[in-house]
Amino acid sequence: MTRTVPKTFIGRNPSVLWFLLALAIFTIGVTLMAQAGFVSTSFVKTLGKTLCLCLIAVAMDVVWGYCGILSLGHFAFFGIGGYAVGMWLMYARTENIVATSLSGRPIPPTEQEVIDAIGTQIFGVVGSSEFPLIWSFADSLFLQLLAVVLVPGLLALVFGWLAFRSRVTGVYLSILTQAMTLALSLYLFQNDSGLRGNNGLSGLQNIPGYEDVSQASLSIAFFWASAVALAAGYVLFAWVISGKMGSVIRAIRDNEARVRFLGYHVESYKLFVFTLTAVISALAGALYYPQAGIINPAEIAPIASIYLAVWVAIGGRGRLYGAVIGAAFVSLLSSWFTGGGAPDINLGFYVIRWTDWWLVLLGLSFVSVTLFFPKGIGGLFDMIVINRPVTDRQGDYGPDKGAWRREEGQE
Amino acid sequence: MSTLLEVSGVSVTFDGFRAINNLSIQIAEPELRAVIGPNGAGKTTFMDIITGKTRPDEGRVLWGDKGISLLGLSESDIARQGIGRKFQKPTVFEAQTVRENLAMALRNPRGPFDVLFSRGSAKADKGISEIAEEIGLLDQLDRISGELSHGQKQWLEIGMLLAQDPRLLLVDEPAAGMTPSEREHTTDLLVRAAKTRAVVVVEHDMEFVRRLNCKVTVLHEGSVLAEGSLAHVTANQDVIDVYLGR
Repeated sequence: MTRTVPKTFIGRNPSVLWFLLALAIFTIGVTLMAQAGFVSTSFVKTLGKTLCLCLIAVAMDVVWGYCGILSLGHFAFFGIGGYAVGMWLMYARTENIVATSLSGRPIPPTEQEVIDAIGTQIFGVVGSSEFPLIWSFADSLFLQLLAVVLVPGLLALVFGWLAFRSRVTGVYLSILTQAMTLALSLYLFQNDSGLRGNNGLSGLQNIPGYEDVSQASLSIAFFWASAVALAAGYVLFAWVISGKMGSVIRAIRDNEARVRFLGYHVESYKLFVFTLTAVISALAGALYYPQAGIINPAEIAPIASIYLAVWVAIGGRGRLYGAVIGAAFVSLLSSWFTGGGAPDINLGFYVIRWTDWWLVLLGLSFVSVTLFFPKGIGGLFDMIVINRPVTDRQGDYGPDKGAWRREEGQE
Repeated sequence: MSTLLEVSGVSVTFDGFRAINNLSIQIAEPELRAVIGPNGAGKTTFMDIITGKTRPDEGRVLWGDKGISLLGLSESDIARQGIGRKFQKPTVFEAQTVRENLAMALRNPRGPFDVLFSRGSAKADKGISEIAEEIGLLDQLDRISGELSHGQKQWLEIGMLLAQDPRLLLVDEPAAGMTPSEREHTTDLLVRAAKTRAVVVVEHDMEFVRRLNCKVTVLHEGSVLAEGSLAHVTANQDVIDVYLGR
């Protein structure tokens, strides 16, 4: 029964084509509805942000679902990406405002006066007007975009190298990544961190140079950019996890000691996956925050990365579309519940307000998905699409902590 | 016949327990060698030391024509030097197909970027088919290996070792859980493999060792008790006392 394996990438991974098709229909549909006035600008922004969250969820799925590294730090990379692009947005916009207000003067302002005025505008809230060192390149969009990729990439590379080299795995690695995230967010909370402390960066929805363009058009532009980024990221990761690379990565998840004895340098592979996913997370963040309009250190707090893991678990880890479904479904549901969309339930003696009870509901669904549906929502798709005979397994797929449990393989 | 692996004066202590005590063994290339000994004699620890899983407290492990020390190398470096290992319990990647398992083991560049851009080749496909035929799994190439029977998993693991094309093959209890005919097949395969490379077999089953018909090393309490042909070691009074007599 040696069936012929299709040679083309799409032929071997038909789900990629289906995903791209669904994404294209969704994007065009939302655009048409927005132009017809059925969908508000703020909802287009919410959907655009959701697409960015889907992208980081796909990255999380690759690092956790495929490589077995439960990273609780990917939202830190997401946040760094947001900060990097936010610095330019804020600087360039303030520069325009300052230039307008100073242009009325009889004597043209010197360059230093302009820079000082920008500094006062930006850092007034933290009682300073000096530009900290990390703002050195804030006037250059190109350099800040480079920072979106390089800073998280280098951080992931150094952190990952230290962690993987010492063979920290499983829960301990998760704790370590969480500690990194916490340290970063606590640092950013300080006023003298140079990034406006807990005020964060704001006004990011105003794109310098496009002041005349309405938010409605900008929101559609960012929505499209997010959709393209998600599509590109999805295809990239689908390509990485297909073929032999995917084979080795999944093997590392299930039994990394055995992979070592085959001659693969496991640490290099983990580092590759960790760094690549960190960079993609940062790109997702760089697209997310101009739509959100504001970034502050609370966004980076460890809880965000834990939510990310919850999305991927509910969506179904180990399948890329599962991560997308999980992120979209849970984050949209979350904004519906916490935004007052869900009606309160009056039990007579007690009123269930979903703004308070949503987290409890989310926690319960996380626990029950983990216990009863380890394949998540994505697993439902598998049941419809894949007609594989149920394998009769006796145990788990490997001895390592990240290895597939028995239930996950029944497809 | 030249010396491929030289283990000399190696000792390992785990929490005060001396698992390996001043052990010295030389393996030539090509050679088939059986290592036997009672439980706790240090057979598995011996393999762990060679493959880099356990670091000895003292002693030397030298490899190859140039006499490289294996002690400073990582497990993956040692595997790339040409040392393949089969574990006692079959450890294949059960969530993946037989083909994927063999493709991973196939001797090819092992760096992440080599692997990322490697997209299969006719040569690799041919190699996989040849090995699959040798281990009798040609029909099962696209099955998930978790579905295979215990004996087939043992075969797949042996196939993965052959695909690695190592100079030294360390095999831990290859016949465990196999039917008599499968054992015979395994013996043939190991004997054939040992014509071109060094093969070290750790085994409990004396009948199996007899059929290998090779030089035997008896381990006891972490050091070599006797060495020679099976007839020679089974006649040794020490060996009878600690192992065969019980």
